[in-house]
Formats: sequence, C-alpha cells, structure tokens
Amino acid sequence: MIKSAGLIFILMGLFLLIPLSVWAMSAENALPDPAQEERAEKVGSELRCVVCQSESINDSQAEMAHDMRILIREKIKGGWTDDQILGYLRDRYGDFILLRPPFQTNTYVLWLLPFGFLMLAAGLLCLLFRRRARGG
Amino acid sequence: MIIELGHFAVILALITSLLQASLPLIGARKNILSLMMAGRAAAFTSFFLVVFGFFALMFSHVTDDFSVMNVVMYSHTQKPLLYKISGVWASHEGSMLLWVLILTGFGASLAKFVPEMPIILRAQALAVQGMIGFGFLGFILFTSNPFARVWPPLAEGHDLNPLLQDPGLAFHPPFLYIGYVGFSSVFALAAGLLLTRDADASWVKWLRPWALAAWSSLTFGIAMGSWWAYYELGWGGWWFWDPVENAALMPWLAGTALVHSLAATHQRLVFMRWTILLAVVAFSLSLLGTFLVRSGILTSVHTFAVDPARGVFVLALLALAVGGALTLYAWRAPALPESPIFAPISREGGILLNNLFLCTACATLVFGTLYPLLLNAFDGEIVSVGAPYFIATVIPLLMPVAALMVIGPLLQWHQGDLHQIFARLKYAIGISFLLALGAIYFVGFKSILGLVALALGIWVVIGTLVNFYDNRNNYITILPRLLAHGGLGVAIIGMAGSAFSVNYTLTMKPHQVNELGSYRIELAALDEIKGPNYQAERGMFHVWHNNEFIATMTPEQRFYPVQGSGVTDVAIETNLLRDVYLALGGEQEEADGTKVRSVRFNINPLVPWIWIGAAIMAMGGVCSVWLSLTRRAKP
Repeated sequence: MIKSAGLIFILMGLFLLIPLSVWAMSAENALPDPAQEERAEKVGSELRCVVCQSESINDSQAEMAHDMRILIREKIKGGWTDDQILGYLRDRYGDFILLRPPFQTNTYVLWLLPFGFLMLAAGLLCLLFRRRARGG
Repeated sequence: MIIELGHFAVILALITSLLQASLPLIGARKNILSLMMAGRAAAFTSFFLVVFGFFALMFSHVTDDFSVMNVVMYSHTQKPLLYKISGVWASHEGSMLLWVLILTGFGASLAKFVPEMPIILRAQALAVQGMIGFGFLGFILFTSNPFARVWPPLAEGHDLNPLLQDPGLAFHPPFLYIGYVGFSSVFALAAGLLLTRDADASWVKWLRPWALAAWSSLTFGIAMGSWWAYYELGWGGWWFWDPVENAALMPWLAGTALVHSLAATHQRLVFMRWTILLAVVAFSLSLLGTFLVRSGILTSVHTFAVDPARGVFVLALLALAVGGALTLYAWRAPALPESPIFAPISREGGILLNNLFLCTACATLVFGTLYPLLLNAFDGEIVSVGAPYFIATVIPLLMPVAALMVIGPLLQWHQGDLHQIFARLKYAIGISFLLALGAIYFVGFKSILGLVALALGIWVVIGTLVNFYDNRNNYITILPRLLAHGGLGVAIIGMAGSAFSVNYTLTMKPHQVNELGSYRIELAALDEIKGPNYQAERGMFHVWHNNEFIATMTPEQRFYPVQGSGVTDVAIETNLLRDVYLALGGEQEEADGTKVRSVRFNINPLVPWIWIGAAIMAMGGVCSVWLSLTRRAKP
C-alpha cells in the first residue's frame, strides 16, 4: 500500500511538473562584478540539475544545484572560461548535464532535423505549385 | 455506499460507450435512422453516468471519507474546502476521471449542438467518440480505479502536495484537459467524415466550433499553468521547456495550424485533405501528451517501470487511435475533392506558409522532446534536450509566423497583391519601427533575441490595430482574428520583456537595507504566522524605487507538517510595466554564525502581458465559436 502510494505521488508530481524539492531555496552570494555574474547565470542556464526532473540549475532549489551554482562562481572568479566550466562538468557528469546537446555523432540528426523538416516541407510545397501551374 | 454507486456508474458508462461506438456505425452502414439516433442517447447517458461517478468521488473527498484510498492519499480534514474539491483531480486516478468526464462531455456536445449537421456525419463522429471513451473508461477501470476502498478505514489522510494547494493550479487542469480532450471531437468528426462515402468538402466546416473551443481552452490552460509556475515556483521563470509543458504545447501548435487551415477550407474549400490530417494529428499529439505524462517515461528515462501497465495501456490506445485514423486516412483521403487552384501570393498561400512554419516547429518540439528516449533506446546513450535547444530551434521557426501574421490576413483569397498591402501598412511599419527603436533605448542590448521578439510583438499589435481601424465600421466578422492575433502580439511583448529581467539573490537579516540597482529593499520584520493546515514565516519588506516608496511586500515560506514539505509564496507588485518579484528563501548561517535569510529579488519588465495577451487570444477563439453558432442561427 505504502509503496504504491509513493509511486502515485511520483506520478502526480511528474504530471504537474513539480520540482521535487522546493523547500531549500538558498542564495549563493552573487559575484560583485555584474558582467561575471551574468556569465554565471548564462552558464547555469545551460546545465541540468541532475537530481531534478528537467530544470536548469538556475531554476532548481535542490541542494546540489545550489552547490553547483557556487562552484560556477568560484571557477569564474578563478579565471575559467565558460567553455572550460561546461567541459569540466561534462567530464564529470557526461552529456546528460548539458541542456544544449553538443553537436556530435549522436545528435547530428537532432540538430539538423528542424532544418530538414523545413526544407522538405518547403520543397513539397514548391513541387505542388509547379505541378498545379503546369496542370492548371 | 455512494462511492460504490459512482464506481458502478462508471462501469455502466463503459457499456453505454460501447453501444455508442457500435450502434450508430451499424446504423450508418445499413442506413437505419433509429440506430444512428441511438448514438445521441448513448452519448448523453455516458456523460451523465461519468458525471455521477465524478461527483461521487468529489463527495467522498469533501466529506473526508477516509475509507476511500484516493481520499486517504490526497486529503486531510484540515485541508480547505477548495482544495478538497480540486484534490479530486490531483491524483493520477482522479485526473483520468476528469479526462473522461470532459471526453464524454464533448461527446454529449457533439450529440446536442449544431442541429443542421448531417445525420450520418454526427452518427459516425459519435461512434468514434464512443470508441475513445470506451478505451479510456477501460483504462480507468482496469489500471487506475479511483473508487477503491481501503480496509480498515483511516482516521486521517495524507494531505495534498502543498504545491497543489493553490487556486491557480487547482483550476488549470480542467482548462488544459478541455483543450486536450476537445480535439477528440475534431478527431471524431474528421474520422466520421472519412467514413462517409460521399462526404462533401463543405462538411469540414462542422469541425470548426469544436476546434476553436478546444484551441481557446488549451491556450487558456497553458497560460494558466505558466502563470502558476511564475508565481509559485519562486524563480521568476514562466516557461521551462519541461517535457510536461512541451506535451501541452505540441497539440497547441498543431491546433493553431488546424484552425487556420480550417478557416481556408471553410471559406474556399481548399486543403480539405490537409485539414483532415491536421485534425487527426492534433488529437494524436494530445494522446501522445497524455501518454508521456501518464507513463512518466520522459521525465526520467530510467523510470519507465514506475507503472508499466498504465504506460502500455495508454500506448496501446495511442497506437490504435493514431494507426486506425491514419489507415482510414490513407484509404479514404484520395477520394476527397481536390483543392481549387490559387496563386502562391494569396490568403491561401499565407495560410500554407503559416502551416509550414507551425508544423515544422511542432515536429521539432515533438522530436526534440522524444529524442533522449529514442537515443537511449537505440544505443543506450543519455543526452538532455532542454531549454537552450528549443530556444535555438523552435523560437526561430515561430518568428516568421509572427512577422507574417499581419500581412497574411490582408491578402485577398485566390490572388493577392503585396504592393497594395505594403501601401496600406506603411504607417504600421513606420510606427512599429519607431516604437522598436524607442524600446531599445529603454531596455538596452542585453538580449538580441529579446529585442527581435519585442519588435515582432510591437509589429503584430500595431498591424492588428491598423487592421481594426481600416475595418472600424464592420469589424464584427474579423473580431475573432483581431483578438487572437492582437492577443498574441501582446503576449510576445510580455515574453520579450522577460528576456530583460534583472535578478538578484542575496542574504538579509531583519532590519537590513540593501541597494539593488535603482531599487532599495528593507527586510522590516520576520513573523511566524499560522494558516489552516500550514505554518509560515512571513517576511515584511519595504521597497523603494529611486527613493520613492513603492510597496510593502510579504513573501512567505510555508511549511505543511502533514506532508513534511513546504512551498514559497512569492510576493509580486506590478504596475503592468514591470513586476517587482520577491521570494523569501531558507535560513542560512554566515561564516560568523549570524542567521540570515536568502532572498530573491527580480525586476521583470512587461511580464504580466504574457497572460493578459493569452487571455485575449482565448477570447478571440471563444468569440469565433459564438459567431459561428449565432450566425448560423439566422440564415
């Protein structure tokens, strides 16, 4: 009974797009330099909170996301570039942590498909008009 | 007792929906009028039976009947009445019952409204609606029974997730579901049309009221959900490209393409096959959304086993509905009439372009959302496809739609003249350009994408206003379009505004004053307060802007002891040009041991217009349904 209750609860949570932990919102002190702080937020928006559902670490109130936000700010203070920070975390957590999937063999299809869809549909339309013009 | 009656009613509804699925179909085949009419009676009966079942469950929730499993899991005696009611659809089982309630409601509406609809079309559509109802009632009864008892009865329930104890969230699922499920009637009518041998091209117009009703409700439901995320999650964001959000956006994009294509079919008898296909696709995406959300398959690729029975059941329904409809389409669509000829530059051409971009965006969204799953299934690799991907792909695909939506409706049917339109729009172009330049002065260059969106939003609003002015003596017929297009323009301005929001996270102790840009905030007091079923800490903040006092704001951190969890209750002060957004966080300890509170302070320019715009859009849809119903009344 209790076990299925837990499952139902999880399902309900999934359904209503609820982050599982919302209580622990805690602030990391912002970097004094606004340009650096902006970079920190930019990097944070590219990273998935790995213990949450599908939130970026900026949007997550989980403890782990909090720690990662602090880590990013420390690295920026230490003079790392955005790409170095993302690469560092990717080495540790894998591609899963990147919300923007890298352009590589297993994502060529993903990145090229929107363009492919558009070209295909536009091509079909042109063909249709051509045929129409000839037929009519 | 009442819960068993409710359960029994739903079992009866399963039987009546089986009758609804079969009798009218036989009647249509053999041309027996009484059997065709029986579908209507069956549709009404199914609806009333499910209404009874639904209210039986609601009764148990309201009266705290802790011998019902569903009530034990999601209710509590101390829970406010509003949330005892909304708690009915907070659970998986209850929300599926709401799904079916709305489904049978749409079935009843198909049986009742638009008396001049051809009898055979109505009969076949009711049969298809009955099949869907049968499938989902079976799903409820066999995998997700909300009427189950628990023995022995408990004295107290587990209460509802505090995040759901909020009016915005309590009432957004019904709207969302009316939108989702409303496309079932469009689907049923499309299938009914395909099933009829000598279907007339003009029959497509019967799909319109249902498509527009579903579209309006979905627009409103999505907007409500995003508003809730904005004020309840405490981060100032309003759209996260979360799979669950995407699941609602997919049918919305297809539905938007559908209402445009329907308008063309209705007026000019063009794109009949395409419109039918879109009707099938829109509901298929609703079903896909239901499957993704219900199975929990997407949110985590590892937890398909959460409840395989449910996932597999919905997947089977999805495969049957989509596969059946597409087979029917492949078989019957070639017999449908050809489109009349039109020039590429014409209203029809504009609608094609609209459909081209909307459908590409929709396909990208579907594919991007499913990609992690597909990749994982093929070679076990795991990637995330999140907001940055969708912002880089879906948004650029939707921007041309916004740019063209002012021009398209001005084109003549059959053959349009662009020169004439640019002559009519020269002032709109000039004014938008100047306003966009002015906006750059205010918001700066922080986000290029935001600036482009802002300019587009201004263009759509100004273009729509000019269009209204040109037709000021006879605007009633184009009012739905003006509202829908103008509302989207307004919403785009709001969305663009959020790209320029300024966020501060800081720690404060009582009586501390902080200068944040041109704002100054003081944490004047920190109080403990008691709610009906929660305790809260409330911060009292005074906020100044350029030394002028704006407001006293009181964000809270609520804690619900029964659930052992809490929520942030954000304080928002708006003057419609910007929201001051304040959230109180948890307690932290400084290095020297003093206790401080984390505080989030955002300035979000223009953001309220997202939801005002969405409400205007939904009104446009409602207006169109109303016009199409009343205009037909007086021929």
